[in-house]
Amino acid sequence: MVKKKKMIAMLLAGGQGSRLGVLTAKVAKPAVAFGGKYRIIDFPLSNCVNSGVDTVGVLTQYRPLRLNAHIGIGIPWDLDRRNGGVTILPPYEKSTDSEWYTGTANAIYQNMEFMESYHPEYVLILSGDHIYKMDYEEMLTEHIKSKASVTIASMPVPWEEASRFGIVVADENGKITAFEEKPEKPRSNLASMGIYIFSWEVLKEALIAQAEVPGCDFGKHIIPYCFAKYGNLYTYEFHGYWKDVGTLSSYWEANMGLVDLVPEFNMYEEYWKIYTSVGSLPPQYMAPGSSAESTLIGDGAEIYGHLVHSVLGCCVTVGEGSEVRDSIIMKGVKIGKNVKINKAIIAENTVIEDGAVIGEGEYAESKLDPRVYNSDLVTIDEDSYIPAGVSIGKNTAISGRTVPADYPNGRLEDGGYIIKAGDAK
Amino acid sequence: MRTLGIILAGGNSKRMRELTKKRAIAAMPMAGSYRAIDFALSSMANSNINRVAVITQYSSRSLNEHLSSSKWWDFGRKQGGLFVFNPTITPDNREWYRGTADALAQNINFLCDCHEPYVVIAAGDGIYKVDYTKVLEEHIARDADITVICKDMPKDADVSRFGVVELDVDGRIVGFDEKPASTNLNTISCGIYVIRRRLLISLLEECIEMEWTDFVRDILMRQKNNKKIYAHKLESYWASINTAEAYFAANQDFLKPEVREWFFRTEPEVMTKVEDNPPAKYNPGAKVSNSLVAGGTIINSEVTNTLVFKNVFIGSGCIIRNSVIMNNVYIGDNCVLENCVVDSRNRIEAGSVFRGTPDHVEIVSGKGK
Repeated sequence: MVKKKKMIAMLLAGGQGSRLGVLTAKVAKPAVAFGGKYRIIDFPLSNCVNSGVDTVGVLTQYRPLRLNAHIGIGIPWDLDRRNGGVTILPPYEKSTDSEWYTGTANAIYQNMEFMESYHPEYVLILSGDHIYKMDYEEMLTEHIKSKASVTIASMPVPWEEASRFGIVVADENGKITAFEEKPEKPRSNLASMGIYIFSWEVLKEALIAQAEVPGCDFGKHIIPYCFAKYGNLYTYEFHGYWKDVGTLSSYWEANMGLVDLVPEFNMYEEYWKIYTSVGSLPPQYMAPGSSAESTLIGDGAEIYGHLVHSVLGCCVTVGEGSEVRDSIIMKGVKIGKNVKINKAIIAENTVIEDGAVIGEGEYAESKLDPRVYNSDLVTIDEDSYIPAGVSIGKNTAISGRTVPADYPNGRLEDGGYIIKAGDAK
Repeated sequence: MRTLGIILAGGNSKRMRELTKKRAIAAMPMAGSYRAIDFALSSMANSNINRVAVITQYSSRSLNEHLSSSKWWDFGRKQGGLFVFNPTITPDNREWYRGTADALAQNINFLCDCHEPYVVIAAGDGIYKVDYTKVLEEHIARDADITVICKDMPKDADVSRFGVVELDVDGRIVGFDEKPASTNLNTISCGIYVIRRRLLISLLEECIEMEWTDFVRDILMRQKNNKKIYAHKLESYWASINTAEAYFAANQDFLKPEVREWFFRTEPEVMTKVEDNPPAKYNPGAKVSNSLVAGGTIINSEVTNTLVFKNVFIGSGCIIRNSVIMNNVYIGDNCVLENCVVDSRNRIEAGSVFRGTPDHVEIVSGKGK
């Protein structure tokens, strides 16, 4: 019996996301925690099941352990299916020319066999970098109606920001007439979202034709090739919440947006739920004398201190007299007593001992990497250890089990860093 | 793989008042994130009991929904599994389950078809964690026919809603009094039994023949001189939630650090069906103290000594104290609730006031005022 799927999704989840600094030192960007209990990849995966796409290939490469463990056989997303479901697709050895995934399109090309096994009519290309809710089925309907060979999702951005994006220029029917990469004088304000629907024959032909291109990429090679060869590329205009969380500041801002009284991105609707894998956890406990205001808290947390305008993951503990403000605290972090935390991103299972003060001082340029660390934020890698009583300045980065000797005079200066673990950047 | 589990979840109690209108006691939402039966199921799963039958009867819809898949408790699907037995009409039987022994007897084929040498029979309304591997070891070491898990209650506790046991010096049960009006004994049966499967089958066959229907009256009490029935004393936390006040008190117990430590932070964990709720949200105006809050909840006001279950919305200006708010409740602005149990899916209009006392909690069921 031939397995046949109308549309399958290929989710690119192999990138490091190096602009997230130490947050992606040990995990791929799609596996980074978001919104208290989710990981970034939960959003496109949930969009798939909510859109009726039940066959998803997840392409992994960089540090896949956390992603593999998170996705498993897809139970939380109902993607444990007899026919289809979720399949993790890492690079693999071939009898000749074994290679890593060298580019986004190259990664898809190397999984031609996977796609062909489902005899799809259409293939949806997604990336695991964005926070949004989108109905891919509606996009497919438009794709079919316009008889396009490729449909590219785009969304209007403010004109003054348009020059930061890849812009598509389209006529009144949505037919694309030109592409502009970060144009100085944009002719359109429709930014490409990196979400594509290809008719299968078009995708297959283009991937084979471009197979030899080094680092073959959708935006740089496949889309221009299809545009030149087929001409009938259309755009699907998306109006809604869509956030790129590729930099520390944008990641922080997107999380903070969730605590607004009426958040722009609503996670509390029955319709279009976001699914994730957390297992069964007890409720959270708020102790006498604790407080939480404008804050999200995941299941299983124990709060004895004070929380203001923050996002806390599951099973976080905050000790008595501690104060957490404008911060993102991920799953399993233990915060001792009388700790002060201001504008920090603290990754999973880090331990912060009593009396530490984090985010104290004035902005100074990062000594580690000013392209990555360029705000007031303190960024602390997962499984790190912060000894009691130390003071940590603004725009700093910490990774690994630090000891008091790492803090001259008990202080990490503004813009400074401590990297203990092997390959954290 | 030595033991089979059976959970008797068909029960209802008038003393739960309006709370079991919608569901069996075993399906009562419990401790913020759980349902009562999760405690029985998790104890079995964590004791390597992989084949579990849940016998339901009274208002079983929400229980069946909860038991939608064996995977939430890690029961197998091929090796073992989770089975739900509702009463059915067969050529030989047109009766509902007329009692606990009858419920087991009507499913005697299941017992005959299994291979596990032992059976654990548990009630679905107990809140506890038991390691059955230890109980079974003791059962075998004492060469017992039946082991009954028992609990010593405080000297001054009212035991009139329990089965009270009298033990000899070796821990053998020599007397059994069901719901005594007065007694000077304070060891009670938790309604959890360990028995050899073949022995259970033969006792049930006798019940069928004699038309006996109750496990306690017709098996334990009748057999106490013929069979060696021993008590296994449970030292850890145990509560039964078969009255509204007991339900309220057991929930309030979870605000005690030692109870939370035991159930939430001591291995093995209590498992439940995973629901996909976002994190709880504390808006300006939230002032939450000594309370448990589950996922999907949004709080805008003062909450003290209270359990707030999943997907609850609490508007601004409310004062909520010493209460249990079950899942999917909407509470409008400026409400006052004290010593209340608010049933699930309730909508409490703005400005409503409900007050009970710890001895007689106010049950808010149906629409608010």
